[in-house]
Amino acid sequence: MTADHPRPPPRRRLFALGRNELEGLFWQVLVVGIAVAVIVFLWSNTVTNLSARRITTGFAFLGREAGMPIADSLLAYNPRDTYFWAFVVGIANTLRVAVIGIVLATILGTLIGISRLSANWLLSRLAAVYVETLRDIPLLLQLLFWYVLMQALPAARAAWRPVEGVFLSNRGLILPAIPFGPPQLAVLGAAVLGCAVSYVIRRWLVAQQMRDGRPRPAWPFALGLIVVMPVAVSLALGVSWSIEWPQLRGFNFVGGLTLAPEYFALLIALVTYTSAFIAEIVRSGIQSVPRGQWDAANALGLRRSFMLRQIILPQALRVIVPPMTSQYLNLTKNSSLAVAIGYQDVVSIANTTLNQTGQAIEAIALIMAVFLTISLSISFFMNWYNARIALVER
Amino acid sequence: MTAITEIPDAPRAARRPQIGNPVLRWLRTNLFSSIPNGIITVVLLALLAKGIFSFVQWGMANAVWLTPPNDSSACRAVRGVGACWAIIPEKYRFILFGTYPFDEQWRPALSVGLFIVLYYLSTRRALWRRELVYLWIGALALISVLMWGGVLGLSFVSQDRWGGLPVTLILATFGLAFGFPLGILVALGRRSKLPAIRSLSVLYVELIRGVPLVSLLFMASVMFPLFMPAGFNIDKLLRAQIAIILFAGAYLAEVIRGGLQAVPRGQYEAADALGLSYWRKHRLIVLPQAIRHVIPPLVNTFIAFFKDTSLVLIIGIFDLLTTAKTAIIDPAWQQFSVEVYVFVAAIYFVFCFAMSRYSRSLEARSGR
Repeated sequence: MTADHPRPPPRRRLFALGRNELEGLFWQVLVVGIAVAVIVFLWSNTVTNLSARRITTGFAFLGREAGMPIADSLLAYNPRDTYFWAFVVGIANTLRVAVIGIVLATILGTLIGISRLSANWLLSRLAAVYVETLRDIPLLLQLLFWYVLMQALPAARAAWRPVEGVFLSNRGLILPAIPFGPPQLAVLGAAVLGCAVSYVIRRWLVAQQMRDGRPRPAWPFALGLIVVMPVAVSLALGVSWSIEWPQLRGFNFVGGLTLAPEYFALLIALVTYTSAFIAEIVRSGIQSVPRGQWDAANALGLRRSFMLRQIILPQALRVIVPPMTSQYLNLTKNSSLAVAIGYQDVVSIANTTLNQTGQAIEAIALIMAVFLTISLSISFFMNWYNARIALVER
Repeated sequence: MTAITEIPDAPRAARRPQIGNPVLRWLRTNLFSSIPNGIITVVLLALLAKGIFSFVQWGMANAVWLTPPNDSSACRAVRGVGACWAIIPEKYRFILFGTYPFDEQWRPALSVGLFIVLYYLSTRRALWRRELVYLWIGALALISVLMWGGVLGLSFVSQDRWGGLPVTLILATFGLAFGFPLGILVALGRRSKLPAIRSLSVLYVELIRGVPLVSLLFMASVMFPLFMPAGFNIDKLLRAQIAIILFAGAYLAEVIRGGLQAVPRGQYEAADALGLSYWRKHRLIVLPQAIRHVIPPLVNTFIAFFKDTSLVLIIGIFDLLTTAKTAIIDPAWQQFSVEVYVFVAAIYFVFCFAMSRYSRSLEARSGR
């Protein structure tokens, strides 16, 4: 009966598209249309408003004289420099706090994360209190708090001296420093080169060991390349490594390395706040390594340091690295809170530029470009690292 | 490397004979299990004792608790050795409610109470039904009426006089209430098969997440007037609120997307087999499961948000942190900012700690 049932005529199709495709096309056209309409509306308003205010769009203003003072900068700057250079100085200031902050927060966070797992009850409780307190108070509040404490420090003449040569006063933290010039840089470069070469040698030696099973020590090469070679370069060039001790002259310090109160407060706030999050990441990473892995390593009679380095850490890192990346990104983005205490990072300089020139769109576009570049570079590096340590399955 | 001894040493500790005084046994296993551990304990105890002692000295023994109104001389006398808690009774009305008319401050106080009741009810699992949405709409409408007034015999108070804790709660709650649906739409857009919608969603999420909130707030406060037709302008608080909603939408979208990915494929296919339309499929089948999966990370995002609302200080909106900072501009009380910050930090802490406890209890329940 079913055999001779007439088949339904094929449905008529418009442009040979099915119903689903048509619906999809309709939604896409609708959404894109709305988005384009909104952008065109905003853009035309902006153009009208800007011409009413006699502001010419474009990045030509970057070549003009900035005229803004920058108190604390890594690069040489004076107010007669261009806006472009002011931005570069701002980017350098952002990177200076972000890079050092990331390194310190990682170290502190790892220590606290490990402390939370300690068998010592007191230590683990204190670490938990640290994490819980710092995570539940806004970073900006912490930053203002640290900054107020900095300002309440004694004046330069009555500075605290926790260690000889280190001064803590309302001028900031002053440390003894080694003056750095091209000869010192050459020695540092030799050490970096040594690291790179010994890394390559180590990989080669491990590959050899994989082939015939005989262990080959890499440390003699490392010692030679990383320690002996730079020392030899230093002696050959006669580089001086004399430490410059800061001294109080009048109302301020001369010599040494000065961390301005704004920078120091920002660094402390970012490092302590982020370390609380990193501690939790490290703790959950270590806890994620199954108990059986510890037992198996113990059963093989491995040395403790070897066990941590070769068995536990590689497995924990797989869990740790992805969330760590987002903490690094957060720290970098949070460094823009600097504007609240007057440390001139790139956001603060863009804000001043915007107030001085009215070039709002360009200033915001520059901020976005800078942060997107930094974010993408950090993600790129961390993704590369993550891929390197990822589990290689057969 | 003595710090990580818990995991590998646990079996060995268990083998130890369980004799003697339980208190001593507890001390032995938890504080003095080895010589390095004993040293750590002693050093920490010494530091802790010193810290607590100096805090008690500063914060309690030498502190000034009350002064006659507008007279900070007693506080200035103990400056550096004792805390001046007297600044809190002196300034708390300003810190909590900003420049809201003094005689009408019961209204923001009641709003804060309503917010807290709303949060509490939202945590009850038994109430996770459609009615909760109506409850939110009703409560937020009631709060708006209370804060603005102008009806029911309440005098009108314009937003530029709002301040303090209610503003913080408004920014956070409205940011969430509008950011959440936005986040759902964007998350669905990002998983859509339609290329144009997908790329728009990706662009939105990545742009917002790539830049700091500070720059979005600057944009809202400086560029918004440029975007709008001449003569059209909206209030600064509302502009900041829009920036926070857009920011919230992008972050919540990523969390919700994680939940969507965790819903098994079979659920989608089953919904399709039932002939449900796209929206009904998501509303009835997919989203309830997806959101249930990600409640703990959602609560963590809420905490981050609640803290991030304090950034509006930078564009001069009177939230809790800004009123605190303004309260200590008064020359007589200028030197006692630490006390005010501790007070405000305690308020933030109570809210965030409650949320993080809640998130942990949810995680424990789902992990069971």
